[in-house]
Amino acid sequence: MPPETGAAAGAVSAIDPGVWHRLDARMLLLLPLQEILKNLPFLAVLVLAGSGSGRGPLWGLIGLAVTLAAGTLRWFTTRYQIGVAQVQVRRGLFRRRTMTVPRDRIRTVDLTAHVLHRIVGLASITIGTGRTDRKEDRGLKLDGLSAQDASWIREELLHRRSAVAAPTATTSQAGPAATELARWQPRWIAYGPFTLSGAVTVLAVVGFGLEIVNEGHLRVNRLGPIHSIIEQLGSASPTLLALVALVAAVILIALASTLGYLLAFWNFRLIRQAGTLQVTRGLLTNRVISIDERRLRGIELSEPLLLRWVKGARCIAIATGLRVGRGAERGGSMLVPPAPERIAASVSAELLGSTGPVQAALLEHGPVARRRRFNRVLLVMAPVLVLLLILWGLGALPAWPWLAATGLLLLLLPVAWDRYRSLGHAVVGQCLVVRSGSLVRRRSMVLTEGIIGWNLHQSFFQRRARVVNLIATTAAGRQAYRLQDLTLPESIRVAEEACPGLLSPFLE
Amino acid sequence: MTQVPPSGQPVDRAFPPGVRTLRPPRHLVSPVAVWYWTTRAAIGWAVVLILELVWLLAQSGDQVWHLVVFLVTVVLAVGHLIVMPRWRYRVHRWEVTSVAVYTQAGWFHQERRVAPLSRLQTVDSERGPIEQLFGLVKVTANTASAAGPLRISGLDRQTAEELVEELTAIAQQTPGDAT
Repeated sequence: MPPETGAAAGAVSAIDPGVWHRLDARMLLLLPLQEILKNLPFLAVLVLAGSGSGRGPLWGLIGLAVTLAAGTLRWFTTRYQIGVAQVQVRRGLFRRRTMTVPRDRIRTVDLTAHVLHRIVGLASITIGTGRTDRKEDRGLKLDGLSAQDASWIREELLHRRSAVAAPTATTSQAGPAATELARWQPRWIAYGPFTLSGAVTVLAVVGFGLEIVNEGHLRVNRLGPIHSIIEQLGSASPTLLALVALVAAVILIALASTLGYLLAFWNFRLIRQAGTLQVTRGLLTNRVISIDERRLRGIELSEPLLLRWVKGARCIAIATGLRVGRGAERGGSMLVPPAPERIAASVSAELLGSTGPVQAALLEHGPVARRRRFNRVLLVMAPVLVLLLILWGLGALPAWPWLAATGLLLLLLPVAWDRYRSLGHAVVGQCLVVRSGSLVRRRSMVLTEGIIGWNLHQSFFQRRARVVNLIATTAAGRQAYRLQDLTLPESIRVAEEACPGLLSPFLE
Repeated sequence: MTQVPPSGQPVDRAFPPGVRTLRPPRHLVSPVAVWYWTTRAAIGWAVVLILELVWLLAQSGDQVWHLVVFLVTVVLAVGHLIVMPRWRYRVHRWEVTSVAVYTQAGWFHQERRVAPLSRLQTVDSERGPIEQLFGLVKVTANTASAAGPLRISGLDRQTAEELVEELTAIAQQTPGDAT
């Protein structure tokens, strides 16, 4: 058994290298609550099942005792050690496991403190090696350190990497100077409604509500106030009803989006310190996310359609081992939340070391690319429209399907036009700049040193039109950055300018 | 400029003078690959045709439509089995220089991939059941990008072994994690 120290709370320097520590004792206050919340469905089922035999409460108590015992046992069996060369975590009562991460492999240290944590002054820390986002790599998680210990460990692991060999003095504030790149401003709330982040939540809640009403055979219309509302609505015209529903939905989604925005990004700060980018944010749950700048392979400026209308933009890191795409917000690659475009742009320029990639005018992709954007819409919609018209002519269908199809076509044509207008590319300094997309327009600025190959894809029709999709592959972010419908000479020029010499043996 | 390169594609005349074109990789895969691709596609078609045959025989009464569908499928299958493997054989090519791997694959849609040898992470060779039947090997050169594996399918065994040996030796020389 390794030697043990008592609870490491309080003194910042209490975490000595090579000594096994327990989680903070205050976690024992939280664990019962956390465990009960986590196992609430299980406990509910137990009580319900037990109530058949008239012993519901008894079963409930037994379940509660088991839950609490298991949770508390986890605290007693978890130990960690921040060594000179590695971090180790030991878990388990019967099957003791020791997880070891060499310190020079540590790439991310994320600190999260949810509401309960914050009440008692604790935090949890996740240590990731971030080698790849494909393999299962959830990292080491230590849930229940004192806030000081957690931030001390974070500093220690991120900023003392270069000096790991030397035994370090354990003062926490002596780190290198930090630069603040961006800070949350109350005015940014105005961007909240345009993020649409609340749309999914609202739909889920409405769906869940309807489900409960259906499943529970609730006679909602029997309830007094709802009954009278339905009475009044019943006399209104369907058009008015639809309009009211639409306005209500828009307001609900806007409110939910703003709330979501506040919860996630309140008090946001982006700090650059000794080769690490640090994002701090969150209203109820505090998060501190660190990204090692050595892994940065570029920056993506993303402008969803609505956000573009109000001149807003987000900024996302293109880094190896960081997932981009769905869940980018939670996955921690978000560098600037929806904010004024100039702030996202200035942060990008700062991180890329030059304003060139952000400001440079982009080259258009040409008439073929434009034609192909419209062809996509027409080739799908035209046959559908013709078919619906024929069926309508034969009397097999009413008029509204083809009217709806025409409406959709008229809606998609501007989208096709916008998709072409978004297309653009350039090689600026050490950066390949690619812009595309209409509903979400992205300007990806990929450092050329991060490009590890080229794919040149040509469909049959692209070969006939003498254009090609040039795809830069990288180990970071989306893994592939696509330049759509380039002319052949332009594709070779771009590839040669971004990675000189790679294609030249194959040119003639 | 009118000379036809080995891939059978005419040289692009749209190029302004002085601009060079990307030529196809030098090496063809094994000619046996044509039969490998034919067999692979034939198995797929056989499944479809058997299902249609069952459908045709199970039903009594008016079967004209079923017969039409079956015959159309047969025509499509025969056309595909004749055209696709030969087209593929003219497209599938590969080349390794001192600095890069270069592959070309596909038939209706085609893709060329280039990756510097310094960015190779692993080299796999793989033989499926049908490939074993024809003594063929598929070699895959993986980079750190999920979007960038370079696959060369339909190599004969000896060529594949030499290629894997060469690429593995190079991949091991690279320091760092090649990202």
